[in-house]
Amino acid sequence: MSTAETAPGPVIERRLPISQILLWIAGVVLAALIGYWLIKNAIESPDRFLEVTLIGITNGSIFALIALGYTLVYGIIELINFAHGDNFMLGAFQTNSIVNDGSFQIPLFPTSFVLALPLGAAATAGSSSSQKIYTIAMCIFFSMLFCMVINVSIERIGYKPLRNQPRLVPLITAIGFSFILQDVGLVWKDAGPQPLPNILPTGNIFHWRGATYGWNDFIVIAVTIPLLIALSYLIRRTRSGKAMRATAQDMDASSMMGINVDRTISFTFALGGALAGAAGAIYALYIGTAKFDLGFRLGLFAFTAAVLGGIGNLSGAVLGGVVLGLIQAYTEGFWDARWTTTVIFSVLIAILVFRPSGLLGEQVPEGQ
Amino acid sequence: MSDQAGPQAPKVQDRSTVSSWRESYRRYRRGHKWLNWAIPLALVLLAFSYPWWGLEGPLAFIFNDGLGIDNDTLFNMSIYVMLALGLNVVVGYAGLLDLGYVAFFALGAYTLGWFGSGLFVNRDIHFLDTNAARLPGIHLSFWVVVLLAGAICAFAGVLIGWPTLRLRGDYLAIVTLGFGEIIPDIFRNGDDIGGHNLTNGVRGLTQLDRPGFGENIHDASGGILPVRYTSLELRPWYFTVLAMMLITVFVNLRLRDSKMGRAWIAVREDEVAASAMGVPLMRTKLWAYAIGAIFGGFAGAIYGSFINGIFPTSFSFQISVIVLVMVIVGGMGNIWGVIAGAMLISWLNFRGLDKIGERIGSLPGVSDDFSIAKYKFGIFGALLVIMMLFRPEGLIPSSRRKAEFAEGEGTATLYDVRT
Repeated sequence: MSTAETAPGPVIERRLPISQILLWIAGVVLAALIGYWLIKNAIESPDRFLEVTLIGITNGSIFALIALGYTLVYGIIELINFAHGDNFMLGAFQTNSIVNDGSFQIPLFPTSFVLALPLGAAATAGSSSSQKIYTIAMCIFFSMLFCMVINVSIERIGYKPLRNQPRLVPLITAIGFSFILQDVGLVWKDAGPQPLPNILPTGNIFHWRGATYGWNDFIVIAVTIPLLIALSYLIRRTRSGKAMRATAQDMDASSMMGINVDRTISFTFALGGALAGAAGAIYALYIGTAKFDLGFRLGLFAFTAAVLGGIGNLSGAVLGGVVLGLIQAYTEGFWDARWTTTVIFSVLIAILVFRPSGLLGEQVPEGQ
Repeated sequence: MSDQAGPQAPKVQDRSTVSSWRESYRRYRRGHKWLNWAIPLALVLLAFSYPWWGLEGPLAFIFNDGLGIDNDTLFNMSIYVMLALGLNVVVGYAGLLDLGYVAFFALGAYTLGWFGSGLFVNRDIHFLDTNAARLPGIHLSFWVVVLLAGAICAFAGVLIGWPTLRLRGDYLAIVTLGFGEIIPDIFRNGDDIGGHNLTNGVRGLTQLDRPGFGENIHDASGGILPVRYTSLELRPWYFTVLAMMLITVFVNLRLRDSKMGRAWIAVREDEVAASAMGVPLMRTKLWAYAIGAIFGGFAGAIYGSFINGIFPTSFSFQISVIVLVMVIVGGMGNIWGVIAGAMLISWLNFRGLDKIGERIGSLPGVSDDFSIAKYKFGIFGALLVIMMLFRPEGLIPSSRRKAEFAEGEGTATLYDVRT
């Protein structure tokens, strides 16, 4: 689908200034109030503020990894891949199997049987550290692989034949796949939360008054940042990355230039899937539990992050993820965890209403 | 069926050679105008008499026993037909993808909670309510509450739509999804808003008022209209929801053929062109949104009363999607398609899958702990994917809609409305 085909300037009623101004005033007042509230909290208890901020950044980096998958796919085929969040959930389940059972599992979906590939990676909190490191590495690698395969298959089966259909059609297909993946998760593991032992290193890196920052928090960032650097390198410096950027800009023109568009789109989905898998692995290891319906809510949060940063914009997705993580942490830390969902979706709506292009602007992944 | 609101689709000639029965059927219908009212009348009579021929009587062994369409299922099916028709106005007519329709369903149900239950114990407001005793709380007549639910939902629809309907198609979908998540969340946390208990939180609302006509009308009608509905006698419930459903169908039909309906279709097909022709975009879309919301509110109010319990967890994203599946599977924009889709999917959702599961479970070689409930998500998801891949226009599409899909790439702007 070529982007926007230089559509004629849409005829819009420009007779909304009063309502627009009112909306803007409301927005500015709201932003000022939130700023005041944050500063007040920061002055009252700086250590708690620091702690909450660190939690926000850690969670935000997981959001960022998922958001990148949304934004990559949106950038290239303008599709909100609803199934992405559930793919992330399956990644978390894969990690769960690797840690608990020591095997890479392939669920044979309609049945509850699984094909298990022993890795000898089962670990408990008491395992030796080399065993733990091996398990963590296996978790990340195999979850990435698993989600990558799922994402590419979905693209091949579902989205590719619908590329020339109205945009509603692939969107609904994506919702359908989201339901299917949720069901795969439900049949594979059970309906309840699936716990796994904590095998991340324990202990604090630093400790300042009440605020602590542990090694397990650090691991999340330590895995995320190299992945982001690798992604950035891939997109800016390699031939495939160049093909991706070209395809995102103009699919028809790039196919005329000899770029294999189908392969490039599959490659994009593979990248998105791999990032979702990595996020799933980190999430499962860090949070210590996963549930089959986790992907829907978290996927939407991550999508919000992508929109917040400017959908289609890679740096935007990372920024949006971190900002959203902070919003979540401040809501839970200083207000009430019950309202997190409402706050996050309100942010989503506010961004879409006030600045649909996001914080950094809506762009194709052009290696900003 | 009379489903074309405008000029014939361009592909009609091809089709007539392929399936000539359709053309001859059309010719037959054109020659026999009386069928235009006879068929709907027959269907309505068939629906109203279902308790006598389907629930019990000659065909009960197929419908009640075989397909499992009992009173509860029947009621739920009718509710979902209403919801699907309401969503049809938004998605099918005006082409605005709404992924948060459940919000209006919830709002309608909670309206009943506010004006027809003992939630506000300290208030003592009564208006024509048909409860046996004078209960504490606000109790308005159920029929007033239904209208109120529609009004509140319409207002909420306008309130939500006003800032958001300027958005591009898939952004609009996300915003509506956001509202669909926020509103149940507010109901969930509404037991302590500034110290007031507005929704009773996760405990939900029970002991809700039931519809009824009161002693006077009961006596005047010779005992046909009940004083108040009970959970034992389910027929009045069915007739009531059927009547509401018929009103919905009627309004849908009349709207489609109205000036507003043509404006919706114009906006759906090409917003820029519609706007250039003088269709006020915002007003047209807001109307679609508000009218869709009204039906959601109606359905919510009677659903809450029938279930006699409103819980924030019963209004999940899944309901939005299932209603959307109904509209899509049936054929967006075509009332008959949507009704058929809604009946099929809601039957599958409430009884059909269980019935099929029982059959599968009794096959030799299937383990005893086989449960089809586990596969519900997967089945609906697969249904969506398969429909989109092989018949995106739905089972019974309107000819106009079909033409839009057949245009292919040209329709890329169908859901792409720039701000």
